[in-house]
Amino acid sequence: MLSRKGRRWGADACVVGFSGGGVGAEFGDPLRERMVVPSLKLQDLIEEIRGAKTQAQEREVIQKECAHIRASFRDGDPVHRHRQLAKLLYVHMLGYPAHFGQMECLKLIASSRFTDKRVGYLGAMLLLDERHDAHLLITNSIKNDLSQGIQPVQGLALCTLSTMGSAEMCRDLAPEVEKLLLQPSPYVRKKAILTAVHMIRKVPELSSVFLPPCAQLLHERHHGILLGTITLITELCERSPAALRHFRKVVPQLVQILRTLVTTGYSTEHSISGVSDPFLQVQILRLLRILGRNHEDSSETMNDLLAQVATNTDTSRNAGNAVLFETVLTIMDIRSAAGLRVLAVNILGRFLLNSDRNIRYVALTSLLRLVQSDHSAVQRHRPTVVECLRETDASLSRRALELSLALVNSSNVRAMMQELQAFLESCPPDLRADCASGILLAAERFAPTKRWHIDTILHVLTTAGTHVQDDAVANLTQLIGGAQELHAYSVRRLYNALAENISQQPLVQVAAWCIGEYGDLLLAGNCEEIEPLQVDEEEVLALLEKVLQSHMSLPATRGYALTALMKLSTRLCGDNNRIRQVVSIYGSCLDVELQQRAVEYDTLFRKYDHMRAAILEKMPLVERDGPQADEEAKESKEAAQLSEAAPVPTEPQASQLLDLLDLLDGTSGDVQHPPPLDPSPGGALVHLLDLPCAPPSPAPIPDLKVFEREGVQLNLSFIRPPENPALLLITVTATNFSEGDVTHFICQAAVPKSLQLQLQAPSGNTVPARGGLPITQLFRILNPNKAPLRLKLRLTYNHFHQSVQEIFEVNNLPVESWQ
Amino acid sequence: MIKFFLMVNKQGQTRLSKYYEHVDINKRTLLETEVIKSCLSRSNDQCSFIEYKDFKLIYRQYAALFIVVGVNDTENEMAIYEFIHNFVEVLDEYFSRVSELDIMFNLDKVHIILDEMVLNGCIVETNRARILAPLLILDKMSES
Repeated sequence: MLSRKGRRWGADACVVGFSGGGVGAEFGDPLRERMVVPSLKLQDLIEEIRGAKTQAQEREVIQKECAHIRASFRDGDPVHRHRQLAKLLYVHMLGYPAHFGQMECLKLIASSRFTDKRVGYLGAMLLLDERHDAHLLITNSIKNDLSQGIQPVQGLALCTLSTMGSAEMCRDLAPEVEKLLLQPSPYVRKKAILTAVHMIRKVPELSSVFLPPCAQLLHERHHGILLGTITLITELCERSPAALRHFRKVVPQLVQILRTLVTTGYSTEHSISGVSDPFLQVQILRLLRILGRNHEDSSETMNDLLAQVATNTDTSRNAGNAVLFETVLTIMDIRSAAGLRVLAVNILGRFLLNSDRNIRYVALTSLLRLVQSDHSAVQRHRPTVVECLRETDASLSRRALELSLALVNSSNVRAMMQELQAFLESCPPDLRADCASGILLAAERFAPTKRWHIDTILHVLTTAGTHVQDDAVANLTQLIGGAQELHAYSVRRLYNALAENISQQPLVQVAAWCIGEYGDLLLAGNCEEIEPLQVDEEEVLALLEKVLQSHMSLPATRGYALTALMKLSTRLCGDNNRIRQVVSIYGSCLDVELQQRAVEYDTLFRKYDHMRAAILEKMPLVERDGPQADEEAKESKEAAQLSEAAPVPTEPQASQLLDLLDLLDGTSGDVQHPPPLDPSPGGALVHLLDLPCAPPSPAPIPDLKVFEREGVQLNLSFIRPPENPALLLITVTATNFSEGDVTHFICQAAVPKSLQLQLQAPSGNTVPARGGLPITQLFRILNPNKAPLRLKLRLTYNHFHQSVQEIFEVNNLPVESWQ
Repeated sequence: MIKFFLMVNKQGQTRLSKYYEHVDINKRTLLETEVIKSCLSRSNDQCSFIEYKDFKLIYRQYAALFIVVGVNDTENEMAIYEFIHNFVEVLDEYFSRVSELDIMFNLDKVHIILDEMVLNGCIVETNRARILAPLLILDKMSES
């Protein structure tokens, strides 16, 4: 349809309209000469600009022309003013400043010639806006034009008003526009209605002025008016709930209009590729959506019509698909019948299979909105969604990624993860971060086994390590630490990964930590889950040294590597000369953190060798609440900072809400202090750089048995960490010496008002018979006022096929627990 | 609501620009270059909807000219896609087989047509005859 025709030659570039007095120029009269400056027509200016070969040339031409235009404006030549302004507008479109034309717009608007007005209004739309004070000056001109009664002029004025009318202008001109709404001519009415929309956007109080005419306007048959009216009603409803209620009454009428549109045969006036006025249909559907949201009656009225539209629309062309899309959106938003929703989801499924990418994009977006409410329906289309992941189109693959992540659940997690990991390897860089964090989150929620979880995180770290978030390292270390049976497996895999590539920082950090902790398992050589690998001590040390020296390693990574080396000094059986060498070299490193660590480790070798094994033994499992990544950093830091504020935990343990007494339940979520790590190494390090004295371990409080029934016992053991006198940790242990299992065991507790209690999740809720694995649960009690401690416990469990519930108070708590 | 309507050619020169929401003039050129860059980098078989900052862009290519419409979130993308085609059909009828040069040299007429079809970001008229009626009258008046 559009083709490159040959160059059209207008008049020759520099010889056009003289403004009269051409003869005078020959007599050299300076005054006449100025008036005789040739003024280009717009077309010729465009020719000249096109003829410019470089940006600088173009700028020159334009500046020269602007100088002419400025001069002409100064002279106040009324005849060619519109031409000058037209040229100015063209230049403005190209990006050059044109503010000096603003006053000219005003003059042109005030003139009586239509061509002048036309250019003047166009200029007003393009050049003037609310920020310039000049715009208020047009108000009077617009008012005159609106009341004049000449339709094209009124149309122009309305157009400009609706584009750049400010709040004051709208207030002043509202009565005029209202009068025009009820005029007989449709040409002006449709514009007046949309101007009303603009006015309401600027000055919401005007809604009361424009609300009454709407009902009458809906009866019109002219499509332009209908389109405008529906837009106006939509705007009114979005602004005020009162208007929304008012307009619910017109739902039947709207339904009727839409029905007529759909069922009438081919009408040449408005049909586009076989669909009669799709734009009007789409607007009506959108309004129905707003009216029917959360309203049963209106939704019912619409149900039939929506079904009719959905089934009868011709979907071979884009117009039909546009209407269908809007219908689906409406069905999803209102309180529609179940059958209708299924129809909608099926339509979306069909869209997904369509070869036209636009339609697929639109389908993916809508399915994303649906997935919360109709999860199972969307699951049926999962294979197609996963197909879309492989698209080359960036918009499509982004939508498909979001939808796939939302569709992962426990039954399909393995298959989906495979697809997503394949996608991660090939996706464009801006999607990588989202994909990586999505995979990690989904893995955390749905991991079927720990080993699978570790494998997944490992894979993500190797493929997209630089894009993961910071807490991935912490999560992984905690996960590995918790899975005792997988220590050997994880350390091997991490070692292999590290040996291949030391550039991905999170991976290197985790690998260094693991090798440090479980180095002995690495060297032991046998692990049934991967092929056996003989690793030499020297190789391990060499690898860690390589990490230390590599310029790609961040300072944090170096810290990890140094500490790992140190830990290996106790794990490996060879002599420690190499390690001692490295440590002493780094004693003079420029990085303060590394230097401090190295010096401390060096001192450990020289003066406190007897304590080295105890200090560097395996770390206990860190609780989820506690400080994460910088465990080693804390252990080797200066003395007094052992109990400094830890990084805030990502999510506190699930604490159970209780309301047995009025008490503050434990969802305070604030962590004043990290839960104490294994106290003895901490205690020893506290005094490492002073003379070693006996670590001040708290005097142990005796355990207390609080409950016994038919072989089920409940024991409390108390710990008061020395650095926080207000804190008391109670470990509740439930044991079962009877012949029957205890299941569904739940223990709840309450304390007096002045204390704070936080329950952490129990280790399980089943105690097997005959002395099986007991359940432990940790209570944290904060007692800043040293009030006497009382505890009320409530137990519920199933035992010998009966449900047991016990409530009792524990009064004989030892005094040391709260004083 | 339509935020802006652009016609840009493959070399990045703007042939028509209409903004329904105020954008600073120096930001306009930047916006136009970025928009045309994202449109040019897409191949024929990719979908015509792009997300750009807080707009959605819907574009169609006609020979060497890209028509790009920026809308906000609530608009139906496919309806706007259809609207772009409608606009081009109107231009086609008025200029009889319109080309880029026609648009360049008759910019004011194209603006008039666009103003007849879109008012303040909302579509007001899509019927070809009704849109062109005032323009044809204007032409007749200026000839006589």
